[in-house]
Amino acid sequence: MATITGVGAAPLRKEDLRFLTGRGQYVADMKRLDMAIGVFVRSPHAHAVLKGIDASAALQAPGVLAVLTGQDVAADGLGSLPCGWAITGKDGVPMKEPSFPILAQGKVRFVGDMVAFVIAESIEQARAAAELVIVDYEELPAVVGVLEAVSDGAPQLYDDVPGNLCCDWALGDEAATDAAFAKAAHVARLSLINNRLIGNPMEPRAALAEYNPGNGHYTLFTTSQFPHVVRWLMSALVLKIPEQKVRVVAPDVGGGFGVKQFLYGEEAVITWAAKKVGVPVKWVSDRAEGFMSDRQGRDHVTEAELALDENGKFLGFRVHTLANMGGYLSTFGPNIPTNLYAPLLGGVYTTPAIYCNVKVVFTNTVPVDAYRGAGRPEATFVVERIVDVAAADMGIDRVELRRRNMIPKEAYPYQTPVLVEYDSGDPVGCLDRAETVADVAGFASRKAASRAAGRFRGLGYSTYVEACGLAPSRFAGRLGARGGLYESATLRVHPTGQVTVLIGTHNHGQGHETTFAQIVSERLGIPFENVDIVFGDTDKVQFGMGTYGSRSLVVGGSALNKASDKVIAKGRKIAAHLLEAGEQDIEFEAGVFSVAGTDRTKSFVEIALAAYVPHNYPLEVLEPGLEEQAYYDPINFTYPGGAHICEVEIDPDTGVVRIERYTGVDDVGTVINPMIVEGQLHGGIVQGIGQALCEAAIYDDQSGQLLSGSFMDYCMPRADMSPHMDVSTHSTPCTHTPLGVKGCGEVGTIGSPAAVINAVVDALSHLGVTHVDMPATPNRIWRVIQNATLPRALAAE
Amino acid sequence: MPISFTLNGRSRTADVPSSTLVSDLLRDHMNLTGTHVGCDTSQCGACVVLLDGEAVKSCTLLAPVLAGRSLTTIEGLAKGEKLHPMQEAFHTQHGLQCGFCTPGMVMTAIDLVNHNPVPTEAEIREGLEGNICRCTGYQNIVKAIQAGAAAMAASTTAAAA
Amino acid sequence: MRDFAYHQPATVPDAVALLGSVSESRPIAGGMTLLPTLKNRLASPSALIDLAGLPGLQSIEERSFGLAIGALARHADVARSRLVATRIPALARLAGSIGDPAVRHRGTIGGSLANNDPAADYPAAALALGARIVTNRREIPADDFFLGLFETALGPDELITGVVFPAPKRAGYAKLRNPASRYAVVGVFVAETANGIRVAMTGAGNGVVRVPEFEQALATSFAPEAVAHLRLAPDDFASDMHAEAAYRAHLASVMAARAVADALA
Repeated sequence: MATITGVGAAPLRKEDLRFLTGRGQYVADMKRLDMAIGVFVRSPHAHAVLKGIDASAALQAPGVLAVLTGQDVAADGLGSLPCGWAITGKDGVPMKEPSFPILAQGKVRFVGDMVAFVIAESIEQARAAAELVIVDYEELPAVVGVLEAVSDGAPQLYDDVPGNLCCDWALGDEAATDAAFAKAAHVARLSLINNRLIGNPMEPRAALAEYNPGNGHYTLFTTSQFPHVVRWLMSALVLKIPEQKVRVVAPDVGGGFGVKQFLYGEEAVITWAAKKVGVPVKWVSDRAEGFMSDRQGRDHVTEAELALDENGKFLGFRVHTLANMGGYLSTFGPNIPTNLYAPLLGGVYTTPAIYCNVKVVFTNTVPVDAYRGAGRPEATFVVERIVDVAAADMGIDRVELRRRNMIPKEAYPYQTPVLVEYDSGDPVGCLDRAETVADVAGFASRKAASRAAGRFRGLGYSTYVEACGLAPSRFAGRLGARGGLYESATLRVHPTGQVTVLIGTHNHGQGHETTFAQIVSERLGIPFENVDIVFGDTDKVQFGMGTYGSRSLVVGGSALNKASDKVIAKGRKIAAHLLEAGEQDIEFEAGVFSVAGTDRTKSFVEIALAAYVPHNYPLEVLEPGLEEQAYYDPINFTYPGGAHICEVEIDPDTGVVRIERYTGVDDVGTVINPMIVEGQLHGGIVQGIGQALCEAAIYDDQSGQLLSGSFMDYCMPRADMSPHMDVSTHSTPCTHTPLGVKGCGEVGTIGSPAAVINAVVDALSHLGVTHVDMPATPNRIWRVIQNATLPRALAAE
Repeated sequence: MPISFTLNGRSRTADVPSSTLVSDLLRDHMNLTGTHVGCDTSQCGACVVLLDGEAVKSCTLLAPVLAGRSLTTIEGLAKGEKLHPMQEAFHTQHGLQCGFCTPGMVMTAIDLVNHNPVPTEAEIREGLEGNICRCTGYQNIVKAIQAGAAAMAASTTAAAA
Repeated sequence: MRDFAYHQPATVPDAVALLGSVSESRPIAGGMTLLPTLKNRLASPSALIDLAGLPGLQSIEERSFGLAIGALARHADVARSRLVATRIPALARLAGSIGDPAVRHRGTIGGSLANNDPAADYPAAALALGARIVTNRREIPADDFFLGLFETALGPDELITGVVFPAPKRAGYAKLRNPASRYAVVGVFVAETANGIRVAMTGAGNGVVRVPEFEQALATSFAPEAVAHLRLAPDDFASDMHAEAAYRAHLASVMAARAVADALA
């Protein structure tokens, strides 16, 4: 019998060897003998009228093949970058959807907006020529913050978008929420900022495009999380060429985190340019360029109010948010602060009435779109912070307040007042376990020891839930999605019984080549080693929606499971024929087809061979071959959640926050590979810690220049500031995914910022501090202490 | 200008402009693309290689510096199919996800252990201050370096025996 | 980056001659500052004069009064030197805290001093210890060497060949690092020398400076408490996205106290 490495096993990763030996193939590693190099000329101004471009000097520079501008784009009749979501505001008003040209037309709207593309024989020639492109800008006043952008007299990005307001959107029952507040014993209030982040996958974006005049085919190699969607949107809506004549390949991709799940102008320009210059064209972003062009994340300004009765039961929750979209609508842009935000404001609590209003606002900054967690970290931060504020206000222990309002395990499935129905979960169980693991009982003595050493120690909780596994297509369609959100898998059994899986998701660090092989090993009862996973090439793989929103295992894994069902069903038919039994009498277990109650069997390998050598085979009723394809469209979102407890120590002299302990107990449903899940949790938590303690995209509010535009100024978490984490799972299987999985890619990033900031505020609570904005940098903490309402001497009592 | 040096144990000569960075020399002229470039401010560490056994950032090193010296890249660590103990440890401890920072991490780790054969967790975290990983949260990288250090010590002992 | 000629002189006079004769030439040692500048096209010299081949400039030698360190001694060499650890341990610790391990394998003490970055570590040590910067022409007391942001007393064709550090009775260094750039937000080097207490501060904004307020206080009592609560005027400190002036001014006292504790440890 074959060795199965299935669900719950932790085999080492199949993909490791190539990365450990320097044999990965990232886009920047690729070359063609005759390739040219492209460099983008980007706007140095945040807001300006584009009066003219003089490329004559650049065109005469050595090695230059072409300089392409917005005029060429217009002359060729190319389209603009589409937005994949059309949300509808209050009173049925559709969002404003201004055009996002692939090279600027008429105006530039952020520093980094693309103005021209210079193609030369070498990178040095292209860079030198790019400096010779003369662009005539008429500078306009810029606006970078949402509060300023919606103010009277603010600079207007678009003539037909008054007040820079893309959409005034709302969710929930406003009247019921008002009624809840009217009868409240207490109302907790909180104003907060969710800081803008830059995803910074370690591999900068890159693309290489080639055109074959012999057959009219284009090939684009690109750093993408969803090559099929790039092909679809780019061919149909931007370049207007037949979809089948474009091949998009996303080979090894060095991290995504959302940054690579959009159609970028660079991808379209370079594909178009490859035909124009007649040689392959390559572009590799450097980090500085990534800072000013990779879509950014978060950036909310929020006012929240929580109504409670005299016992601390939540009665109603009201949230007003201004969300920054940047200068244009990116692929998923308007969906993030609306549909992926407001439905999570119920948290793990039984709050009966919730109303959320989101104003989606244009500013002269890099477009904002999904970044790991996308909307859900923002929601979790609002909920989990205001719960702490309410607890402090009312003098109720914050854990006790949470417990009083948590949805009990037996109440699932649970319909919230904001669209979503949680299928399963056990927030109380996660919290219980986290409190044990975190040794909350010992916190008081640790705090006393810190105080004796002149330091402030704090404990922070975040009991959260999120919605992922994007997404049920029909549901998403009602919310404004212009595409479907199913996933596809083909299970190709070879004559030898070896298997290749073609899957529509994309692996860029998540370990799909291992996890998906485990699913096939378990389902087909064949060795894990016999399964290879292929992804990321539109010429090899059937249409798929790609990887984002913690969907790969949830949706893609379900498609693979469904394809396995189909292979087994066909195998059963073949086995019935070979074993001369009725199909209903054939059992399949651990890779062996058998006639029930007999010792007559056929192995999976024998069945595979029979399918491809159909000599003794029911050809009249069954096709030869053993390859099945499945598309899976989810029934619901999945709702992973959990309890995170963070313990910090603050040095009041410097304001430095150190994370002393970090505990995560997460419910991600059924765990396929615990090693990989743990790794996903680690990485997610540290990204959330980065948001809480150090990361911030900061723009100059006059010039609109990005001040934190390099790793010198944008603080990426390093090993020495990252804690040792104790992560574990407390799983309730998802009730509607066939494998019981819920997704684990984003939970860490969603749960952790609130846990960290709640710990920081707890550490400073004796000074009268009730809130600290992110990131809690040393300077900010020091300033908070200086401005604290209670004098330190008194507080030390 | 022609530059002769030892690359992963083999004598090589490259004729490149003197302004060529070692990272570009490796990637564009030697077809060794395992050394990655993740930033332009010498901070991410994806490009770390060993120059005469010491970790250096190849994106901030001019090719002429290599003359007469020995360079080791991620491609030069394994002996045939047998991985270097540090490579093996990154595999067994799940010390990598997307793989982009991994070559620099492994090279830095080897240098760290060469100077400090039994590093503590704090020393490892401090020693990684010039390498950024966005995927792993560092925890399994730290574990991998601890395991790799032990394995390197064991293989040195074994070789000496 | 733009191409340039590359010269590898074998002697200091040759190097100086090249610097004088080749227009738009720049000397390069470890290149830890110059190369990022060139990569960002913020400078484009026609030629680089590589100093790495100059003989004898990597040495770290004991002198009766202290140490003589060659200009090409790398941060890692100074950090790992037994001699430095014995004679001026604070200097070894400082060297081991510059940049990151890979940077310390390339960056040199001469390069750091010649560059005089306002947040660099070595200038604080040189100034507090009363070092003398040795060039191909003269010896320059540290008090006369540092002239503000990236400015020094070096002439156009003058090269640092070494630094002599009188060994202090005791010395200490403390800094708060910017977690992104790894440079000091504020760093303070405290030394009790034969000529009294000397305190130098980096990261404040306008280049390394001595801090008379701290020196006077420590002359009275060489203890952390003597400086911990002294407040410098924020007006003399830079304010930027990483640190406001008042915070930097506060950090100066905190780091001074910690440097004293380091010296006493």
